[in-house]
Amino acid sequence: MIEKFVSLDTVGVPLDRGNVDTDAIIPARYLKTLKRTGLGVGLFFAWRYDAGGAELPDFPLNRPSFRGGKVLVAGENFGCGSSREHAVWALMDFGFRAVIAPSFSDIFHNNCLKNGMLPVTLPAAEVRSLIDALLAAPGGKIAVDLPAQTVRGPGGDIHAFRVDPFAKKCLLEGLDEIALTLTSAAEIDRYERERKKATPWLFLDLAG
Amino acid sequence: MRTLFEKIRDRHVVTARGDGNVLLYIDRQLIHEVTSPQAFEGLRLAGRSVRRPGAMLAVPDHNVPTTPDRTERIDDRESREQIEELRNNALGAGVALFDITDPRQGIVHIIGPESGLVQPGITIVCGDSHTGTLGAFGAIAFGVGTSEVEHVLATQTLWQGTPRRMRVTVNGALPFMVTPKDVILAVIAKIGASGGTGYAIEFAGETIRKMSMEGRMTVCNMTIEAGARFGLIAPDETTSAYLKGRPLAPPAEMWDAAVADWKTLPSDPDATWDREETLDASNLEPHVTWGTSPQDALPVGGVVPDPEAQPDPSERARMRRALEYMGLAPGTRMTDIVVDKVFIGSCTNSRIEDLRAAAAVASGRKVHANVTALVVPGSGLVKRQAEEEGLDRVFVAAGFQWRLPGCSMCLGMNPDKLKPGERCASTSNRNFEGRQGPGGRTHLMSPAMAAAAAVSGRIADVREVVR
Repeated sequence: MIEKFVSLDTVGVPLDRGNVDTDAIIPARYLKTLKRTGLGVGLFFAWRYDAGGAELPDFPLNRPSFRGGKVLVAGENFGCGSSREHAVWALMDFGFRAVIAPSFSDIFHNNCLKNGMLPVTLPAAEVRSLIDALLAAPGGKIAVDLPAQTVRGPGGDIHAFRVDPFAKKCLLEGLDEIALTLTSAAEIDRYERERKKATPWLFLDLAG
Repeated sequence: MRTLFEKIRDRHVVTARGDGNVLLYIDRQLIHEVTSPQAFEGLRLAGRSVRRPGAMLAVPDHNVPTTPDRTERIDDRESREQIEELRNNALGAGVALFDITDPRQGIVHIIGPESGLVQPGITIVCGDSHTGTLGAFGAIAFGVGTSEVEHVLATQTLWQGTPRRMRVTVNGALPFMVTPKDVILAVIAKIGASGGTGYAIEFAGETIRKMSMEGRMTVCNMTIEAGARFGLIAPDETTSAYLKGRPLAPPAEMWDAAVADWKTLPSDPDATWDREETLDASNLEPHVTWGTSPQDALPVGGVVPDPEAQPDPSERARMRRALEYMGLAPGTRMTDIVVDKVFIGSCTNSRIEDLRAAAAVASGRKVHANVTALVVPGSGLVKRQAEEEGLDRVFVAAGFQWRLPGCSMCLGMNPDKLKPGERCASTSNRNFEGRQGPGGRTHLMSPAMAAAAAVSGRIADVREVVR
């Protein structure tokens, strides 16, 4: 049930910070929802607003020249910490469809792919040059082409990236991974029958 | 020549995709109220059902207040609704539930092991990054997002790639008042907050072997703070002794077969590793954090570091921001930092040993007049045991608040949180900006160190406090 991702050509939004954790992306108090939607209001809340609720003008998401951008460019270890998928839902609800960084936390990276958000890993020096270019000339465009696996920077510079082939297919076609897995139901049944003999203690009902 | 991780993984492969990804069977899933509502909703929308309800256990922990009136009323409407939603989803699907009034309720990573359902050789997931805690039993245990929670509910499997292999060997006897929390803080400081990204980390060595299950869980709990989804420790006699007789452990008629199976699991002596790290525990000191990443840990005798001495410009910028957020100046002695609150609890440090260690420091002393201190047992069973041992009376006599189990002040989702600018000595796992409440400032440390901070009114070297 994921949104398709094919390509983007959009304003790049620089977030020149490393180790951006998912508590910063979406604070815990926004996690009390029963839904996946509407989380954009809480995105980077503590960095976007002051204590009185007024926008902090210097934060990139608040600067007019970066508004409407769909690609976030950030420092290393992006999305570290809590597994909350709400971080991806908040970024997408705000309008982002891709994040470019030198590295991502494993869980956040997975969560992106399950929702049609593209995490692009590029060498640190290339991310640095993109952030510098976006800061030097705000409003610069970044193009992300998933079929070609390239990013084009504001200066026309081309950066190739790698992506797991299966994840790529899921993104391009918006595939429902559960439906795909359920085509292996017979293998799951067989596995359970065999393991029940080998390790019967793992098949006792936890509900008693 | 396989590692513990590889042995467990190999026996859980249902099918392979040919591109390095395998469909991994998931033996068990733990469920809490925050990351599961959308997963159950997804199932309903797609007309799917829970494949193996008997392989799941649900518990409310993140939202629950820790005050006694919580069984009558929960004022926060959204929290109440999440707890009710969990109840409805669990009951509707036939999933076991330790509800808010159940004496076994507690933090998901505490109650899982306590019930005996976490065993060597299993795969287990939960929609929570601290699921790695359970790897202490010699299991593949990892945190997943809500989409993966839904995938496991529907299929009892997950598609997984192959993590790289890291072994962290810790040798040497732990010095006086130095604990498993100090070991893991030192490891994170050494390899960094993203040093373990892409790895499964196995902790080995004499120091780990001598740790109790409680201590091993503290170590594995914070593996994610070094970026690794998986932290594992080979099962041994300590593991099986902990499990024997627990309600959901293998029953008597299967026990010998289970133990025999567990003995085959430890990494082979000739297993290969992609990366090896070592730590000498015999020189270790109690650790505390100064910044806003768990990697910002140093010995309590140290001073707040100077960003200007940091050669890397992005790390320098990060340190400057961290110090500004924390309201600290470079060169300040850690033991000169005054605290407002003390939190003893969380999935890192709320087990019985943690409470004993804190109580030993609190005993006969008084919480400083300017400090509010909370002790939050990890589960109803930990609370009961602590009360049987008289630890609650020690804490209350010293001026600590003795609370009901839950995640409490670890994460700012329930009434226990810091106010802006407040500074907390905390036994939890994350010192991120705003983690314990917007504007709150967190210093991570062990339970004994937190108790020492409570009675001192500032960060203190517990070795001097108890001398």
